[in-house]
Amino acid sequence: MSTDHAAPAHSALRHHFDTLDQQRDASLLGMWAFLVTEVLFFGGLFLAYTIYRMSYPAAFAAGSHHLNIVLGCINTAVLIGSSLTMALAVFAAQQGNGRNVARFLLATMFLGTMFLGIKAIEWTHDYEESLIPGLAFDAKIWAHEGMPPLEAKQFAGEGELFFVLYFSMTGLHGAHMIIGMAVMAFYLRPAWHGRYSRDYYTPIEGLGLYWHFVDVVWIFLFPLFYLVGTRGSH
Amino acid sequence: MSTAAIDSPIPPAEPRFTASRVNYLNVDFGVRSWLLTTDHKRIAILYLASITLMFVLGGAFAVMIRLELMTPEGDVLQADTYNKLFTMHGIMMIFFFLIPSVPAVLGNFLVPIMIGAKDLAFPRINLLSWYLYIIGGLITFWAILAGGVDTGWTFYPPYSTRYSYSQVVATIVGLFITGFSSIFTGLNFVVTVHRMRAPGLTWFRLPLFIWAMYAASLIMLLGTPVVAITLALVAVERIVGVGIFNPALGGDPVLFQHMFWFYSHPAVYIMILPGMGVISEVVSCFSRKAIFGYHLVAFSSMAIAVLGFLVWGHHMFTSGESVYVAMIFSFLSFLVAIPSAIKVFNWTATLYKGSVLLTTPMLYAFGFIGLFTIGGLTGLMLAALGLDIHFHDTYFVVAHFHYVMVGGMVMAYMGGLHFWWPKISGRMYPEGIAKVAMVIIFVGFNMTFLPQFVLGHLGMPRRYHTYADEFQILNVMSTAGASILGAGFFIPLLYFLWSLKYSPLAGPNPWGATGLEWQTPSPPPTFNFDKPPIVTDEPYAYAPKEDARVH
Repeated sequence: MSTDHAAPAHSALRHHFDTLDQQRDASLLGMWAFLVTEVLFFGGLFLAYTIYRMSYPAAFAAGSHHLNIVLGCINTAVLIGSSLTMALAVFAAQQGNGRNVARFLLATMFLGTMFLGIKAIEWTHDYEESLIPGLAFDAKIWAHEGMPPLEAKQFAGEGELFFVLYFSMTGLHGAHMIIGMAVMAFYLRPAWHGRYSRDYYTPIEGLGLYWHFVDVVWIFLFPLFYLVGTRGSH
Repeated sequence: MSTAAIDSPIPPAEPRFTASRVNYLNVDFGVRSWLLTTDHKRIAILYLASITLMFVLGGAFAVMIRLELMTPEGDVLQADTYNKLFTMHGIMMIFFFLIPSVPAVLGNFLVPIMIGAKDLAFPRINLLSWYLYIIGGLITFWAILAGGVDTGWTFYPPYSTRYSYSQVVATIVGLFITGFSSIFTGLNFVVTVHRMRAPGLTWFRLPLFIWAMYAASLIMLLGTPVVAITLALVAVERIVGVGIFNPALGGDPVLFQHMFWFYSHPAVYIMILPGMGVISEVVSCFSRKAIFGYHLVAFSSMAIAVLGFLVWGHHMFTSGESVYVAMIFSFLSFLVAIPSAIKVFNWTATLYKGSVLLTTPMLYAFGFIGLFTIGGLTGLMLAALGLDIHFHDTYFVVAHFHYVMVGGMVMAYMGGLHFWWPKISGRMYPEGIAKVAMVIIFVGFNMTFLPQFVLGHLGMPRRYHTYADEFQILNVMSTAGASILGAGFFIPLLYFLWSLKYSPLAGPNPWGATGLEWQTPSPPPTFNFDKPPIVTDEPYAYAPKEDARVH
C-alpha cells in the first residue's frame, strides 16, 4: 500500500489497488467478464436446443405439453420478484443501510428457495410421469394412436432429447441459483453489521449482477421449454 | 562459453549485485507461505513446477509411442495400450502443458510487473486457478492409473459415449475443472490489463507480450466454457445412456464436433499467441531495435483472436459438412495466415540493420520463426479443401500440428524462460551449455517431425500402432530424432536447477532491455516495485539508449 495517502486508506481497500474506485471498477469488470463466460457456458446448451428443436419440432411440442405451464408462470414471477429484492439490496447498500441489505438479501434467498421448491415439485411430477431420460423414461406415452412401432420408438427418442435438454438446462440454472444463494448467506453477517456503505458496496453490486444474469437465463428458458407449439385441448 | 563472450551492449553478469535484499523468494520459506500465497510471482513458480511435471509425463507417453512405431508390427504395445498412450499424450500436453505454459508461468509472473502493478486484479482467484489445475490434474492422474482413456484427446462420440471401455467420465471431470483454471487466469489478465496499468502506460505503450496475453485471454474467456459444457454433455450421455450426440438415439455427432472445435481450434491460438508475444520481446531486445511495425504486431494478435473463432469448421471437411460451408471455412482459415505472416515479416524486419546478439533466447526465437513458418504454411495446405481430403488423418496433420506447437510454442516457451530466468530466479543461466541444448533440441525436433510430413504425404494414417513396411525408414528416423529431442529437454531442466545456487547473480537488467520488468530488482520484491513506476517512454526505446552510450 503506498504510504503517500493523506487520509488513512479505507479498510476494504486491498493492498494491490491504489483507490477504491479502481478496485470497484476492476471487480465489476471481472464480474461482467465472468458473466460473458457464463453466457457461452449456457450458449453451448442453447445451441444444442436450437439444433434439435429445428430437427424435431413435433417431439419438442409434445414434450413441452408435459410441462406444467401454471407452475412455470408462477416460478417466472417469483424469480423476477427476487430480482427486485436483489436490486433493493444493492440500493440499500448504496445508502449504507446495512440492516436493509441483510433483509433484502434474505428476501431474495427466500424467493430463490421458493423457486427451487416449485421446481422440485415439477421434477417430482416428471418422475411420476416417467419423463426422466435414461432412468425412468416411458417410451409408450409418446406414441400417437396408429403410429407404426419403429416411428413411435424414434419419436420417443426425440422426446427424450427434449427432456435431456430440459433437465440439463434447468438443472444448470438451478445450480447457479444455489451458488448465488450460498454467496448471499456469506454476505448476510457483514451486511447486517454495516460493512457496506456509499464508499464500498462492490460485493453486493457484483452479486446483484450475477443474480440478474441467472434471472435472465430463466427468462429465456421459460418460453423455450414451456411455450413450444400451440396447446390444444389434450 | 560464458556471458562474457557476448558482444558489448550487454554488461556481463557482475558480482557487485548482492542477493541479500528481501525479495519475493526469500521473504518467507515456510510451506504455508507457498501453498497459500496470493503473490502472482509465487503462483507462477507453482505453475512452473506443476507444468514441468506434466511435460515430463506427456513426454514419457510420446517416448512410448515412438518406441512402438520403430517397427511396422505391433511388438512393444498392444493396440489398446497404444490408443491410450496417444490419447493421454495429447491430453497432458494440450490441456496441462501447452495451454497453461506461457500464460500461467510467464504471464502470471510478468503481466503485473510489465504494466507496473503490484499484483493481478484478483490474487485469490489466481491462487484458486492453480488449485483447480492441481485438482483437475489429480483426477486425470487417477483416470490414467485406473485404466486410462482411449478416445483420442478429441473425445468424438459416439465412440466416447457408447463404445469406449475406458475412464472417459473421470478424464472429462478432470478437464472440466482444469478448464475453469484457464478461465480464471484469462479473466484475471483481461481485468488487470484494463484496470491496473501504471500512470502513463497507454494501450499503445504496452509491451507486445501484454497484447498477445490479452488476445489469448479473450479466447480463454470465450472458448473454454463452450468446451466445458460440451464435455459435460458427453459425460451426461455416457452416464445416463441418452443420445445427445449418438445418431442411433436421435443425436447428432457432427454437433459435438462443431461445439468441440469451437473451443479447440481457438485453443491453438491460446497456445501460440503468448509464444508470439515472447518472440516480439526477445527479437526486439536482441536486435537492439524497436520492433518494426508495433501497431501492426499488436493488432495482428487481436486479429488472430477474432479470426480464430471463425475457422473451426476446417476440422470437419470430411465429416459431412455442406460444400458451401466448407468453402467459407476454408477461405476464413486462409485469412488467419495474414496476421500470422505480418508478425513473421515484422520480426524479420526488426532484425534488419539491428545489432543482432545470438544469445540463447534469440536462438530460440530464430527457431520459432523458422519452424512456425513451416508449421503455418503446411496449415494452409490443410486448409485447402482438395489437399485436405488427401492429408486428412495422416501424419501430415501430426507433423503440421507439432511444428506449430513444439517448433513454435515450446521454442517460444523455452526462449521466454531463458530470457526472463534472470528476473525470475535472480541468477543467470549458463549461456554456453544453454546454446548447445538449444541446438540439440532444434536438431532433434526437425529429425522427429520432418519425416512425418513425408509419411503423411505418402499416406500413413495417424493413430495406428502398426503400419506398412515401406514406411519404416522414415519412422526410424523420427524415433531417433525423438530420442535426441527428449535428451535435449533434460539439459535445461538440469542447468536451470543448477543455476539457482551456482550461477552468477544477474542484477536488475542483464540484457539491457526496456520494459518495466527490467527496472525493478531481480528477483523483484513482493509488491514488484520499490516505488510505483510512471511510464514516460514509448515501448522498445532501444535506439536512444544506444546513442547515449555512444556519445
